[in-house]
Amino acid sequence: MYIIYFLAAFLLTLRLKKILSNTPMYYKWKNQLNYAWGIWVIYAIAQSTLGGIAISIVGCLVLLGLLQYLNREPDFEPFKFYIDAHYPLVAVGLLDALTELIAPDFHDKWNSYFGFATLAAFAWIYTRWLNSKKQREELQIATQRNTELDRLVTERTAELTKQKNELQETVKLLQATQAQLIQQEKLASLGELTAGIAHEIQNPLNFVNNFSEVSMELIDEMEEELNKGDTKEAIAIATDIKQNLEKIIHHGKRADGIVKGMLQHSRSGGDVKEPTDINKLADEYLRLAYHGLRAKDKLFNAELVTHFTENLPEVNIISQDVGRVLLNLFNNAFYATQHKKANAGADYKPTIELSTTLDGKNIRITVKDNGMGIPDAIRDKIMQPFFTTKPTGEGTGLGLSLSYDIIVKGHGGNIEIESKEGEFTEFIISLPLAK
Amino acid sequence: MKILVVDDEADVQPLFLQRFRKEIREHELEFDFALSGEEALVYLQEKHSEVVLILSDINMPGMSGIDLLSRIRHDYNAPPPPIVMMITAYGDDENHRQAIENGANDFLTKPLDFSLLKEKLKTLLA
Repeated sequence: MYIIYFLAAFLLTLRLKKILSNTPMYYKWKNQLNYAWGIWVIYAIAQSTLGGIAISIVGCLVLLGLLQYLNREPDFEPFKFYIDAHYPLVAVGLLDALTELIAPDFHDKWNSYFGFATLAAFAWIYTRWLNSKKQREELQIATQRNTELDRLVTERTAELTKQKNELQETVKLLQATQAQLIQQEKLASLGELTAGIAHEIQNPLNFVNNFSEVSMELIDEMEEELNKGDTKEAIAIATDIKQNLEKIIHHGKRADGIVKGMLQHSRSGGDVKEPTDINKLADEYLRLAYHGLRAKDKLFNAELVTHFTENLPEVNIISQDVGRVLLNLFNNAFYATQHKKANAGADYKPTIELSTTLDGKNIRITVKDNGMGIPDAIRDKIMQPFFTTKPTGEGTGLGLSLSYDIIVKGHGGNIEIESKEGEFTEFIISLPLAK
Repeated sequence: MKILVVDDEADVQPLFLQRFRKEIREHELEFDFALSGEEALVYLQEKHSEVVLILSDINMPGMSGIDLLSRIRHDYNAPPPPIVMMITAYGDDENHRQAIENGANDFLTKPLDFSLLKEKLKTLLA
């Protein structure tokens, strides 16, 4: 029986060594735990020199010493549960030895009970060992799982970072493309304008040329009349010439205004808000849009109806930007009626209505066409960039989205849409007077 | 000879009156004007029998010159049918084809060459 304490101590070191063998602490404790063989040396010495009770006491003290030593080391803190399971054996062993020493008769009488208590204490250690082993295994599985999760998280994080970087590159690319497209959209609208402008300038120039030529003829006639002595007729001719010169000035100024308007439209980076006459601006761009379309499609015709509210206050706007919005809305309106005309009967009369009204602190510009209308299904999408119903190559899909930016972000205004499919579309721009 | 000029530009009127000053004074030609196709039709309702020649712009807001031409050929083509000359700033084939198809007698481009127009009128008068 005496050997059981030494055995318990030895098994304790052996098991600790085994537990530690998978951890970095193993190298720190390997040597110390190898000294465990010393337990058997002590046992052998005790066996050869001491009697039974003394051997028991030595065994208990060796075990107790080992337990005290281990419990002082923080490295073994996790195994305290198992280590502490040895104390009952020490207690039983010492009690057994002391009882045998002090009251040998009593001990002999109850010897089997003491033996039983010792075995029970030893078995207790084993139970605790199994328990702690199970716990450790669970812990190990959990640790493994954690490690696996950590690895996965790291992997995913790396993947996500890579994707994020790729997306950032794509966003940069898209932004560059968008800038290019916006530039293209501006150029496209300038192209649409050019045809309208050419026509608009041609008319006044024709008048300037014609009235100049006619005036030269009139001067010849006036000379003739003066030579004849008919001053009355000469004065009448002079009056005509004066009227013609007034016409020349009028049409010259008209062409001048158109060129100035064109320069304003193409001038880039001009983002200065200036007080602007909305009626004049809207009328100008309506004509430009109409003639621009006429230049492209000679057969197209539409009735232009304007309802301008007189004496509207001037609004502070970037006129070429708002002009671009109007041009875009007019072009859309013409496109819608043109499209409907292709399918509608001969009675269909394409009509574009342009109105301006003062509504509290806003000026409203309404562009209404009796074209094909906007289906409900796409109503929400038409302001989105790149959304277009036009065939590939005909529209950039940026017109309305740019218009929205110009009116809402640039001028603090608003764009509303009313439409009935197959009947009409109405765009209402509100521009605040205060800004 | 009475000529109806249809053009949405009002200043066409003094221009024609001065360009044909001599002819008007000598009562060879007489001009009336309409600012739109619609206006021209109202005018024709009363005076279609007097008008010998109609000069019409194609490109006008509302009723186009081509529409006006087909209405004239449809409603006022009783012999002798009026001579219709179409004028346009866009002197392209498609416009020309349409004008001729709808019964135009001639096709002129802007800016109007008045001496050419005078020549044409002379041959008509002769």
